[in-house]
Amino acid sequence: MPVDAEARVISNTRLSPDYNVIALAAPDIATSAAPGQFVMVKVAGEAAPLLRRPFSVFEVLRTNGRVEGLTLLSKRVGTTTNLLFNAVAGDVVSCLGPLGRPFTLVDPPTEAIMVAGGVGLAPFATLAEALLGRGTPVTLVYGARTERELFYLDWFHSRGVRVRLSTEDGSAGDRGRVTVPLERELVAARGRDVMVYACGPEPMLEAVAHLATRHGRPSQVSVERVMGCGLGGCYSCVIPVHNGPQGHHYVRSCIAGPVFSGEEIVWD
Amino acid sequence: MGLTAPPDLSVRIGSLTLANPLIAASGCFGYGVEYAEVADLSTLGGVAVKGLFLAERQGHPPQRIVETPSGMINAIGLQGIGVHRFIAEKLPELRALHATVIVNICGTTLDEYVELARILSDAEGVAALELNISCPNIKEGGITFGCSLHGTFDVVSAVRKVTRLPVIPKLTPNVTDVASFAKASEDAGADAVSLVNTFLAMAIDVETRRPKLSNVMGGLSGPAIRPIAVRMVYECHRAVKIPVIGMGGIASARDVLEFLIAGATAVQVGTANFADPFIWAKLLDGVTSYLQRHGVARVADLTGSVNTSAPQKHG
Repeated sequence: MPVDAEARVISNTRLSPDYNVIALAAPDIATSAAPGQFVMVKVAGEAAPLLRRPFSVFEVLRTNGRVEGLTLLSKRVGTTTNLLFNAVAGDVVSCLGPLGRPFTLVDPPTEAIMVAGGVGLAPFATLAEALLGRGTPVTLVYGARTERELFYLDWFHSRGVRVRLSTEDGSAGDRGRVTVPLERELVAARGRDVMVYACGPEPMLEAVAHLATRHGRPSQVSVERVMGCGLGGCYSCVIPVHNGPQGHHYVRSCIAGPVFSGEEIVWD
Repeated sequence: MGLTAPPDLSVRIGSLTLANPLIAASGCFGYGVEYAEVADLSTLGGVAVKGLFLAERQGHPPQRIVETPSGMINAIGLQGIGVHRFIAEKLPELRALHATVIVNICGTTLDEYVELARILSDAEGVAALELNISCPNIKEGGITFGCSLHGTFDVVSAVRKVTRLPVIPKLTPNVTDVASFAKASEDAGADAVSLVNTFLAMAIDVETRRPKLSNVMGGLSGPAIRPIAVRMVYECHRAVKIPVIGMGGIASARDVLEFLIAGATAVQVGTANFADPFIWAKLLDGVTSYLQRHGVARVADLTGSVNTSAPQKHG
């Protein structure tokens, strides 16, 4: 059941001129959130923006086993993300969640490949922890524009996640899109069961879903659409999904998603 | 000081008594059931469900909303499951939740409104019909009735003939004199009017020179439209004897009170519910404490109580 927490900012870490990780004291949401779920955020006391904005739960914060809160990975693109970038400890952020359908987890011997593009890394910290907790081997295939925009690599390494990188400028990992290392991983995994998880820009999700299908692999993609409420009230965040031969219909990505099978979405 | 009785929050809309004047606005609350986890629907005065046609509708392609200063523009295009699936899939759940269900209906022809009214009059658990003759976002129907006095009169009287449910036409603000549409509705036998639907609006991305919405234009809602909506409610209340249900940018108890004092018997809340789905209890608490503080026994006594005999003194 979603709750609305007036969450105190515990800390705010700037990772780059555009990216930050903000820690929020919202233990109830953090405790009940499943990997892939999201929260709707509004910076308290600000008249604008009027509407909340969706963010994946990035990390669940624990001290001595007790859940203290959660973090959000944010990239500055608009008003809310600018407010989150500039927030300081003690500020208050309204945080509604957890919302949406989470990722479906897989068990060994099935292996997991998580494909992240840019700020699409956000749902994969909690997903990696959940999968590793079941003994499922996890590979993170992570792409960004440049090496300086690849974050939390040590975090994933230290937990036993295999990490494969790509950058558009070639400064780290493969030069080019994230599909370059992904294709190599899919070829190498021939004969083993694999689930592909993806989050990032929609063209990337489309490419990943098609690549997975071509290799006979299932995929789960987490989409981000312009969202008004997060609860199914406004019908703004719809995405077309297949509905019989040649047909499609719009479903609300806030309640039918944000995680979908890569094969059910009708890509543009 | 003795204990004072709690104020009477109930209001009457035709033959229907609402527990309080707060109604979830159509198009902003799904089919109601989506909100069952965060709001006790039985504590709302009413739930106006998303506009229904006879058939299912796809709605417009995304992008469907854009935020604007103190508001938002939407062009959803009335995506919906159609009346038959609504009755089969949603109404039983709404009944179980003890919601007072106001069904918003929309047609492309007069016959479609009549058919919808017939079907819903036979369904168990429908408290009232709101006639959507004001959606700015679809090409045919709806607003073509709502922008013509004859069209408004004809559709209201046609529906009136086939149902005993309270009939509430929802009026568009995109006309010169909204009060004349309230009067036409009253003359045609409406039990109440609700207003305002959204203001036809547009937003453009100057970098790409493209409209921000796929439908090019959409309807503006939110606090940006509130003072205009208050004025229109005031005008309509003076023009008709039937109740006026006011809406437009209500986001606090003070906003609810402003509409009631302007002339509304009940109000609808839409956009603000998107930002705060827990708003209902806060609004009700605020209205209740205002009534107690001002010694008003019945919320209905506030309706139209604005004192225009002398302007407010400043300083």
